[in-house]
Amino acid sequence: MYRAHVLVCGGTGCVSSGSPKIIDSFKEELAKKGLKDEVAVVQTGCHGLCAMGPIVVVYPDATFYAKVSVDDVPEIVDEHLLKGRIVSRLVYRENESDGDEGVKSLNDTDFYKKQTRVALRNCGVINPESIEEYIGMNGYEALGKVLTEMTPEDVIDVILKSGLRGRGGAGFPTGQKWKLARELVQDGGPKYVCCNADEGDPGAFMDRSVLEGDPHAVLEAMTIAGYAIGANQGYIYVRAEYPIAVERLKIAIDQAKEYGLLGKNIFDSGFDFDIALRLGAGAFVCGEETALMTSIEGKRGEPRPRPPFPAVSGLFNRPTILNNVETWANVPQIILKGADWFAGMGTEKSKGTKVFALGGKINNTGLVEIPMGTTLREVVEDIGGGVPNGKKFKAAQTGGPSGGCIPAEHFDVPIDYDNLIAIGSMMGSGGLIVMDEDNCMVDIAKFFLEFTVDESCGKCTPCRIGTRRMYEILDKITKGQGTLEDLDRLEELAYYIKDNALCGLGQTAPNPILSTLRYFRDEYEAHVVDKKCPAKVCKSLLSYTIHADLCRGCTLCARNCPVRCIEGEVQKPHVIDQEKCIKCGACMANCKFDAITKE
Amino acid sequence: MATAEQTATVLPFLGTPEQEERLKDVIDELRNERGALMPILQRAQDIYGYLPIEVQKMIAEELDVPLEKVFGVSTFYSQFTLTPKGKHHISVCLGTACYVKGSGIVLDKLKEKLEIDTGECTADRRFSLDACRCVGACGLAPVMTIGEDVYGRLSADQVEGILKKYEND
Repeated sequence: MYRAHVLVCGGTGCVSSGSPKIIDSFKEELAKKGLKDEVAVVQTGCHGLCAMGPIVVVYPDATFYAKVSVDDVPEIVDEHLLKGRIVSRLVYRENESDGDEGVKSLNDTDFYKKQTRVALRNCGVINPESIEEYIGMNGYEALGKVLTEMTPEDVIDVILKSGLRGRGGAGFPTGQKWKLARELVQDGGPKYVCCNADEGDPGAFMDRSVLEGDPHAVLEAMTIAGYAIGANQGYIYVRAEYPIAVERLKIAIDQAKEYGLLGKNIFDSGFDFDIALRLGAGAFVCGEETALMTSIEGKRGEPRPRPPFPAVSGLFNRPTILNNVETWANVPQIILKGADWFAGMGTEKSKGTKVFALGGKINNTGLVEIPMGTTLREVVEDIGGGVPNGKKFKAAQTGGPSGGCIPAEHFDVPIDYDNLIAIGSMMGSGGLIVMDEDNCMVDIAKFFLEFTVDESCGKCTPCRIGTRRMYEILDKITKGQGTLEDLDRLEELAYYIKDNALCGLGQTAPNPILSTLRYFRDEYEAHVVDKKCPAKVCKSLLSYTIHADLCRGCTLCARNCPVRCIEGEVQKPHVIDQEKCIKCGACMANCKFDAITKE
Repeated sequence: MATAEQTATVLPFLGTPEQEERLKDVIDELRNERGALMPILQRAQDIYGYLPIEVQKMIAEELDVPLEKVFGVSTFYSQFTLTPKGKHHISVCLGTACYVKGSGIVLDKLKEKLEIDTGECTADRRFSLDACRCVGACGLAPVMTIGEDVYGRLSADQVEGILKKYEND
């Protein structure tokens, strides 16, 4: 028995900011003070508040230390663990500027208080490399219940009744998917269970955190699904860019096999199930279900037309179900606590919770899990801590390159699948990027289109050529060469591609354009008609000016100008040659007298 | 699109018998798994550092699949590379600020000195060369990076001296 536990975050964010060294340092210091049998040091998964990393939480009192460095470790050991005095200078404060006294317990912070953690329940709590800790949190109990007390039909029934829908973004009812895969083909041949861990949206890291923080939950859920549909083999398709997740999955699979929780005759039920890992190789389109299966088959990851749907003919042309990591993470909980418990959370048609990766212009960058139906305002202002530097919230982007922007006027719409689609965005996998008044919406649309142009696999014409044409029109607009006809052409093209592309990537690629055109048409028109970028982002539409009354003639700007386009004598006002200026902003960044402005 | 023959001429293949043996072991280990081609290519790239046509041919023969299938998969995914990276990877910024300050001339000088084009690697595999978009150091233009080192305010006549620093390590 340990009297205290030191939990050090081992998610990708905190590892990058040095948490492995902090763990070593804790072990060393504790040994030095003779505390190593009293205090345990545990590497956990992601705590969610990535902006505050590296994060250290000391239990039993859940004291939450933020931005801890190796140099702070001796003080924490000395003061907190030896003498029982909290090191207040390191405690996480919600509002440093307001002279906040500092909340001491993790669960008392606004960031955590409004969250409901189901998929993330073990992340940041257990050591993901220990199957015993997972079992200690009722892990594999759901699998035991399924294999010993339930028929496959019972299992599918519970998932159906819970109302769980796919967390990868499209929101297809999970139980329905399983039911079809069980019933449509019953020829005794092989069936497959797949996990989509090819999380590719820029700014999204929900699935990575679940895999890093609670890998066994995914294995357990896939085994349950295998039993439900009659499959004996599972595949996890995980992107190779997630080395920590891959490593922990490997460890988890080995441990589960060792414990007889994967492999032959699980729980003496006569049911066999095995899981293999497949690594992606850097192709965004492989997040699309048919492309992902083609890739597992060892081929070019190109999508194919549906029907036939994977439930009839998927991987190796056999019935297959594919669910996303977060969907899987909910399954064992639903089995254990019941469909009613899960269906008790959320809105009428969207049950349970959703994990979002908060990013962009927001104070608390990180991972949050909220009940469906929470408003965007609560997420951004209460949990996310609002927009930094007193700037004004402009829009939130959800769904990555497939999604759209939610403007401030829809701040109070409850977030669920159907509401987001109604306002022209989509749930997506859970990336939520906050934008303020300094973001240009045309530029954002262009950013996402550049991404889809790059990632289009080239198999179908609407996507391969259409996305490029849309990108070119956007580029023209940001350069001040657009016309009003271009806006109409852009819209027409967008609807055409939406209707005709082969797979989800192409069908949703126009969404960033359509939603920004819908809510921010005035910004497009400012670029086209007035040749101005209201957010001052698009370089071709900007000009830098030196104000003669403020310029002291220090020559710093002229010396820093990469193209030598600033002229003027020492101690006399300087002038920018607008013809030569490349708008790099080096002059403005270097001016000590705020004499240079851009507009 | 590069053909198999074109990429084969980029650099001579220097695979060792020991590497070949490791590759064969990997193929033997995975050959009975369904969809083994991708994992084999990933392990092959770990062994050789890249996927030259010679390695692709070995895999195609061992698995008894057409070479074009192996080539098709190798060129589809962005993590697979068909040309080797040098020990020191050079990246020259061709963003506007750097370009107008002469980064194009710096790049030409590098090509001339190293006798390679962008996207290629020198015969001794010490240097590989790429052009990149703006690295955000416009005030230092023109800029290039060699591995983790950043060089700013460059001129073409500095190139030789900078390369010398890396020649012995």
